[in-house]
Amino acid sequence: MNTRQQSKRIYAWFGRPTSSDRKLRTLQYKGFLIKSERSQTETCIQIGEFVLVEGENADRPFVAQLLDLYEDGAQQKHAIVQWFSHITEVPQNKRKLLKREIPRQEVFFDQVSGYDTDIAVETIIKSVTVIPLHPGETLPIVLNTEQTFYVKQSWDGKCFKPLSPDTFSKLKEANKKRGDSPKFLPKSPLYPLDVICALEEETERVVQSVTKNKDVEMEIESKHSASKSSVSKERHSRRIANGMKTPTARKKLQLNSPTKSPQSKLSGQDVLELLDDCGAASEPSATKRKVKFTGILGSPPKMSCRNDEPKSKFGSAECEQSLSDTIRLSPYIKARDSSKEEKNLHMKEDSICLIGHQKVGSVSPVLTPRSHRKCALRTSARIAEQISLLNILEAEKEEDFLPSSDASYSSSEEEENEVLYTPKRNSKSRRLFSTPKSSRKSSVHTPAKTPKKTPLPTTPKTPRNATPEIPKRSHVAQKPANILEEARLRLHVSAVPESLPCREEEFQDIYNFVESKLIDGTGGCMYISGVPGTGKTATVHEVIRCLQQAAENDELPSFQFIEINGMKLTDPHQAYVQILEFLTGQKVTATHAATLLSKLFCTPGPKRKTTVLMVDELDLLWTRKQNVMYNLFDWPTQKHSKLIILAIANTMDLPERIMMNRVASRLGLTRMSFQPYTYKQLQQIISSRLSNMKAFEEDAIQLVSRKVAALSGDARRCLDICRRATEICEFASQKNTSRVVRMAHITEAIDEMFSSPYINAIRSASLHEQVFLKAILAEFRRAGVEEATLQQVYHQHVALCRIEGMQSPTVSEIMAVCSRLGACRLLLVESSNKYLHMRVRLNISQDDVMYALKDE
Amino acid sequence: MSKRKLKETSSANGECISQVQRILRERFCHHCTTGKLFGIDQQYKHLLELLKRTTLHGESNSALIIGPRGSGKTTLLNHVLKELMEIKQIRENLLKVHLNGLLQTNDKVALKEITRQLHLENVVGDKVFGSFAENLVFLLEALRKGDRTSSCPVLFVLDEFDLFVHHKNQTLLYNLFDISQSAQTPVTVIGLTCRQDVLELLEKRVKSRFSHRQIYLMNSFDFKQYIKIFKEQLSLPAEFPDEAFAQKWNNNIQVFKVLNTFSRKTFKALRAYKLMLALRNVTVHHPLVAVADLLEASKQRSVDSQANIVHGLSVLETCLIIAMKHLNDVYEGEPFNFQMVYNEFQKFIQRKAHCMYNFEKPVVMKAFEHLLQLELVKPVERPTVRAQKEYLLMKLLLDNNQIMDALQAYPNCPTDVKQWATSSLSWL
Repeated sequence: MNTRQQSKRIYAWFGRPTSSDRKLRTLQYKGFLIKSERSQTETCIQIGEFVLVEGENADRPFVAQLLDLYEDGAQQKHAIVQWFSHITEVPQNKRKLLKREIPRQEVFFDQVSGYDTDIAVETIIKSVTVIPLHPGETLPIVLNTEQTFYVKQSWDGKCFKPLSPDTFSKLKEANKKRGDSPKFLPKSPLYPLDVICALEEETERVVQSVTKNKDVEMEIESKHSASKSSVSKERHSRRIANGMKTPTARKKLQLNSPTKSPQSKLSGQDVLELLDDCGAASEPSATKRKVKFTGILGSPPKMSCRNDEPKSKFGSAECEQSLSDTIRLSPYIKARDSSKEEKNLHMKEDSICLIGHQKVGSVSPVLTPRSHRKCALRTSARIAEQISLLNILEAEKEEDFLPSSDASYSSSEEEENEVLYTPKRNSKSRRLFSTPKSSRKSSVHTPAKTPKKTPLPTTPKTPRNATPEIPKRSHVAQKPANILEEARLRLHVSAVPESLPCREEEFQDIYNFVESKLIDGTGGCMYISGVPGTGKTATVHEVIRCLQQAAENDELPSFQFIEINGMKLTDPHQAYVQILEFLTGQKVTATHAATLLSKLFCTPGPKRKTTVLMVDELDLLWTRKQNVMYNLFDWPTQKHSKLIILAIANTMDLPERIMMNRVASRLGLTRMSFQPYTYKQLQQIISSRLSNMKAFEEDAIQLVSRKVAALSGDARRCLDICRRATEICEFASQKNTSRVVRMAHITEAIDEMFSSPYINAIRSASLHEQVFLKAILAEFRRAGVEEATLQQVYHQHVALCRIEGMQSPTVSEIMAVCSRLGACRLLLVESSNKYLHMRVRLNISQDDVMYALKDE
Repeated sequence: MSKRKLKETSSANGECISQVQRILRERFCHHCTTGKLFGIDQQYKHLLELLKRTTLHGESNSALIIGPRGSGKTTLLNHVLKELMEIKQIRENLLKVHLNGLLQTNDKVALKEITRQLHLENVVGDKVFGSFAENLVFLLEALRKGDRTSSCPVLFVLDEFDLFVHHKNQTLLYNLFDISQSAQTPVTVIGLTCRQDVLELLEKRVKSRFSHRQIYLMNSFDFKQYIKIFKEQLSLPAEFPDEAFAQKWNNNIQVFKVLNTFSRKTFKALRAYKLMLALRNVTVHHPLVAVADLLEASKQRSVDSQANIVHGLSVLETCLIIAMKHLNDVYEGEPFNFQMVYNEFQKFIQRKAHCMYNFEKPVVMKAFEHLLQLELVKPVERPTVRAQKEYLLMKLLLDNNQIMDALQAYPNCPTDVKQWATSSLSWL
C-alpha cells in the first residue's frame, strides 16, 4: 500500500464519547469508522477487535488488538493496542528457539515491553481476525489468508511461551463477541437509508458549492483548528471528526456524484429519483425541500456571507457543520429569508433519519435473523445513548458558548438539538455501506466478493530481485603454508582484527553517543572526520557490532543498522533509494523514496525500532541545493524518527566549507575527528595483528611505523608495506634460511612504493630523450622562463647534438621524442596540432632532471 | 636448364621467405606470447606471484604496471597470464575482466562491460539492464556476496588506467580498490599505464585504498643488450621447416655483429616498427637482410614529414616560404600576413627581374592559400568573415633548418632562389 492509498482513508469516531477525562482532556470512544475514499466504503472497528497497523514495510503491516480509543486535547485520535508479532519481527537469532516452521499467518502475542502501545488511529488499516489456538493444534486451512491470523504462543522478547489460559480465553472472547455483533447490516432493501445518505451528501455538496469553501482551505482550517485552544471542545471534536472525512471526500463527491458509490450502485440520478420516491413516501413535503435546495443554489451571496462568520468564529468550516452552523447562527446575522425553510429541512431530515433507524431494525431481521435482536437492541440503545450524550453536550456547550443573550438563541438551540443528530446519523447510515473487506469476514451475503480479494497466485520472482553471485571457485583456496604467508594474511587490510587497537577513546565516544540515543529512543547526528586510513569506518563498524551484541543480550533496545557510501552511489539522490530498500525492501525511484522516507521518519509510527544510519563519504552527497544532506540531517530532529546518523568524511571543516547554514545547523556540533596514527599506534596495530608471530623483527616494525607516520599516518599504507615486505623476504630467502622480515626488506618495500619514478624514468630514457631534456633545461636557462616552444628547444637540441658529435635528428623525430616524454608526463605539452609552436613545460623540477642526467 | 633450376630454388626460397615474413610479422606486430621477455625477469616474477596468490590463496590485491609506450606492459601481462593458465588449478579458478580506458569511456559503460564479462547478465535473464545506479548496486552486491575462501577470484585488467581516473568521482576505481581492501570476493586490480604521475591523479581516498604496488618497466638496456635482443628477435625458431634456410638466415643474423653501424640514434625507438620496414625489403631475389636494408629503413623512419612536403612545392610556393623565413628572421618569429610576404617577394622579384617571372597578386594569393591548406602556415587566430584574407596574421610551421635542408634536396631549384634563401641581403 503506498502513500496515495493511505491518504485516502478517512477516520471518524463511531458514536459519542463513552467517557471523558476532563483533567487529561481526553474522550474515550468505543469505536471508529474508516472510510475508504477509493471504494466509498466504510468500516466500523470497535474496541476488542483485531486490526492491521501500517508499519515501515507496507507489505507487512503489524497485527494488534484494539484495547482503547481516545481523543486527546489536541484532537488527535489515539488507540491503545495489544501487539502481535510476526515471525519477521522476532530477531533472527531467537527464531530458532521455536524449533518449527512458522506459517505466514501465525503471530505471537507480544509481551515485549519496549513497544509503544499508544498509536495514532490513522495508522490502522483494517480489521482482521486473530484466532487463538492451543499449541498442539494445526492451523485450519482458510481461504483468505490475509485476513486471518492465528496465535499460539506469546513472545516477550526473550523466549516463547504458550498462551496463558487467561489471555487465551480473552482472545477467544474477543473473537466471539466480534463474530456475534452484526456489524454489517444487509444493504439490499435499504432504500431509505441509502437515500438518506445520498441526501446527506447532496446537501453537503450543495452547501459546499455555494459557500465556495475550497478543499484546501478546509484542510488548512481543520488543521488550524486542531491546534487552536478549543472554545468548545465538544463541538470542535465533532467538527474534526467530520472534518476528517471531508476534504477529499467532498471533492470526489462533486466530481463523481453522478456515477455512484460502489455499494449502493446508485447514480446521482437514481439518488434524486429515490429521493423523490422516498420523500413522497415518507414526507409529504418532498417537493418543498427540493425547491429549497434550488433556492440555496440560487442565492449564493447570501449563503456565503453567512458562512463567513462561522468560519471566522470556529476556524473549521465543515460542510455539514457549516450548514448547521448557518442555521444556528442565522439569528445573529439576520438571514431570516431562508432560515425557516432550512429549519424545515432539518426537521425533515431528522425524521427521515429516524425512519431510517426504524427501518434498519425492521429490515435486518429478514436477512440475519440471528442478529436481529441484537441489532435492534443496539440501535435503540445507541439512540438513547446519543440523546443522553447530546444533552450533556448541550449543557456543556451552553457553558462554553459565548452567551449571545439573544432571544432567538433558545429557539436555535432546539434546532441544534436536532441538527446534532446529523453527524451521528450520518455515520450510522454510512456504516451500512459495508466495505467488501469487512463484509467478507462476517457475512455470508456477499460470497462473490471473497474470491476477488483472495491473493493472486504469487507472480514469479522478478529477475530484478535475483541475487547475483560470483561463481564459486572450483578448487579450495590454499591455506597459508608458512609463517610469512600467515602473517601476510593477517596483515591484509581486509582481515578483521578482534579488536581495534589505538582507537579506544574514539570507540568509547561513538559508543556512548549511540547508546544514549538508543536508550532514550531519540535521534541524533554525529560527524566523524579524519584523513583516509585512520580507521573511521572500521571503528563505527566495531561500535555497531558491539551494540548489536548488547542488543542481542537484551541490554539495549534492538535497532537496525544501515550503511550507505557516497562513493557507491551514482547520484546523491540514490541515497534515498538505498535507505528505503534497506528499511523496507521496496525498490522505487529516488523522488518517491524521498517522500516515503520523509513520511516514515516524520510521522509517528508504532513499533518503530531505532535506525542507525552510517553515511560514509558524506561529501559526495553534496548537491547544489543540498536537499539530500538537508533531509538526512533533518530527519533525526523529527520527534518520532528515532534515527541516529553517523556521517563520515575526510575533511574536518566540511560542514563549514560546503554546507549551507541550515544543513550545518542540523548536523549539530557533535563532532569527532580521527587523528592520523602516530608511529607508536601503528606499531601497536601491526603487533596486535601479528599477535606473537615471529615473522617481523621489532626494528622492522618500528621502521615501517615511523616511515608511514611521518608520511601520512595511513594504516592501510603501513599494512601494505608490511605485506610487500613479507613477499620480498620470501623472494630473497628462497632457501628458507631466516624467514624473518628484516629492516632491509622493509626499506626495499618502502623504496618500491614511495620512490619517485621520475628519476628512474629519465635515467632509462633513450639518448635522444635525454638530450631533449637537456635542451629544455638549456632553453629555460636562456629564456629565464619555464616554458618554451618546441622550435626553441629544437634549436638547442641540434646545438647539443653538434657538441656531442651526434647526428642531429629531424623535426619529426623530435616531435616523436617530445610526445613520448609527454605521454609519460615527464613533460607537459600542448596538443600537437601547433607543431613547432607547441609549448613545452617540465612536469618535474629542473633540479631533478639535472640530478638524473648528471650521472650519465 | 639452369634457368629452370634457378626458378625452382627461387620458388622454394619464396615459400621460405613468405614463411619467415609471417613468423617475424607475428612476432613484431601481435602481442604474441611465444617470444621471450628481456630484462624484466623481476617484474615478471613479481606479477606472477601476485596473481598466483590471488588465485590460490584468494588474496585481494591491486597493482599498477607503469612504463613508457612500447615498453612491453601488455606483453608482460600476457606472458604472466599465459603461464598462469597452464596451471590447471588456476585456469579453472580465475575470472578475467579486461577493460580499456579508450573503450570504456565512463563508468556506466565500464560497469556494463564488467557484468557482461563476468557473465552476470545471465542472472537477470534477458532483461535489459536498468539504470546506472541499479547496475552499480547489482555489481557491488554480487561482489560483496563472495568471501575469500569460497568465491572465484576475479582479475580486473584496466588498460590505459590513466583514463579511468578521469571518470566522475572515480567511482569505479574506488569501488574496485575498496573491494580489494575488504573481505569480499577476492579481486586483483591490475592497471596498465604509461603515465608516471598516475598516483597523483587518484583522489586521496582512492589512493589510500590502492596498495601502492607499482611495477615499472623501464627497459634501460645498454647497446650490447639491445643487439642481443635484436638478434634473438630476428632469429628463426628451431622448428622452422627448411633447416638449411634457417641456418643461413640465422648465420646472417649473427653477422650483424658488425651492426655497430646501426646507429645509436635508433637505439631506443620502437623496434617492431623498424624491423617491419626492413623486412619489406626481403624479397625472393634478395633473400637475406643486409645492413644496408636496415639503414635504409631507419632513414625512411626518420624522414622529416614536413620537409617532404616542401619537396613537392612549386617554385613560387618555395619562394613564398623563403620570404616568410626572412620575415621570421627580421621580426623574430612574430606573425606575419600575406601582404608582408607579398612585399618581400616583390622585393626579390624586382632585384632578380631577369630570371623570375613576375606573378600577378591573385596568383601569389592562390599559392599562399595552397600553403595554408598544406598547413605549412597556420593562422594565429581563427579566420573571421570580416578580416581580409591579405591581412590575416599567420605563422610559419617550418624551421629554418628544415627549409634549408629541403632546398638542398629540391630538384632544379633556381640558383637565385637558393641564394636568396641563404641571405635576404640584396648585394649578395
